[in-house]
Amino acid sequence: MSTLHTVNKSPFERSSLASCLAHVAQGDAVLLIEDGVTGARRGSSFAEALHAKSPVCAIYILAPDLAARGMKAEDVIEGAKFVDYGGFVDLVAEKTRVVAWL
Amino acid sequence: MRFGIVVNEGPYTHQASDSAYQFAKAVLARGHEIFRVFFYHDGVNNGTRYTVPPQDDRNLQKLWSELAETHKLDLVVCIAAAQRRGILDANEAKRQGKDGDNIAPGFRISGLGQLIEAGIQSDRLVTFGD
Amino acid sequence: MSEQPSKKKFLYINRKAPYGTIYALESLEVVLIGAAFEQEVSLAFLDDGVFQLMEGQDTTGVGMKNFSKTYRALGDYEVRKFYVEKESLAERGLSVENLMPVTYEDEDDDYAEKPSIILVDRAEMAKVIAANDVILSF
Repeated sequence: MSTLHTVNKSPFERSSLASCLAHVAQGDAVLLIEDGVTGARRGSSFAEALHAKSPVCAIYILAPDLAARGMKAEDVIEGAKFVDYGGFVDLVAEKTRVVAWL
Repeated sequence: MRFGIVVNEGPYTHQASDSAYQFAKAVLARGHEIFRVFFYHDGVNNGTRYTVPPQDDRNLQKLWSELAETHKLDLVVCIAAAQRRGILDANEAKRQGKDGDNIAPGFRISGLGQLIEAGIQSDRLVTFGD
Repeated sequence: MSEQPSKKKFLYINRKAPYGTIYALESLEVVLIGAAFEQEVSLAFLDDGVFQLMEGQDTTGVGMKNFSKTYRALGDYEVRKFYVEKESLAERGLSVENLMPVTYEDEDDDYAEKPSIILVDRAEMAKVIAANDVILSF
């Protein structure tokens, strides 16, 4: 009965990632898509906040969006998992509901 | 499983329509069903056949229209949002006294109730926006 | 898996201030239409969404339609749960006194007028989200 949260905006521009992380429940998953992937950059000022949530909820990154922005798997925080669009679909199916933090 | 998809932004300015399109293709590739794609807010701008993007760029309207034709998808453009933004089908153009319509093939104009119905009938509703 | 219960719980999440973008207005339009479908409906106001409920909105100077009164009419459409996040208010220097009174008439209690606004903290808001089936974000 858990939730998939999608975040599509950069945390450097919007509060959606911060707000999302403040509302996740144990066992939820957060999927960063579009500009949202920038928040997972290793060494960035949001990396710690994201990493701190990993015991509560899994952090996923939409790999095509990461690649489009010139980043590689090793450029993001440790423990993040990668999905393609098919994996995105699987996550939606796995969880009970989806919240888009627009 | 049955999916509903909501697209809240128009093509090109935001990635929302691209993301929704890639997601929709993946839903179908996984063997799931798409109950409806609902276009709301500026998302209605995906449904005009008058867009002419450069030839080396993707044509989102055409991509959606083709996906709808291939998979018999129900692409619904919200009527209230569409009227605000100048997206008309032949009926609406006539009713509003406009000299032409621009709805793209595979799209249809209908009410917000179709969004609520998509929420009720779909196992999952996924929103793409700004 | 496609077997649906007859009623679903809809939650509308409002995180944007009114007028700067159309999301608040068009969200309200969905809520109004959705009310006819006899689903369970709740609204959540967090982040800048709390500005949608500000008392005393005056749009004459910006030439836009003031739609704030519509929130107060929602009680008549069985939309009676306005979850407003305390932290979002506090962060913006607001308290519930700055918001317009939104009430409904409880037909099970001799039509007593009751407040629709329910103040919740962030942890409670997370539970509200998790208690709903369909989440529409604007």
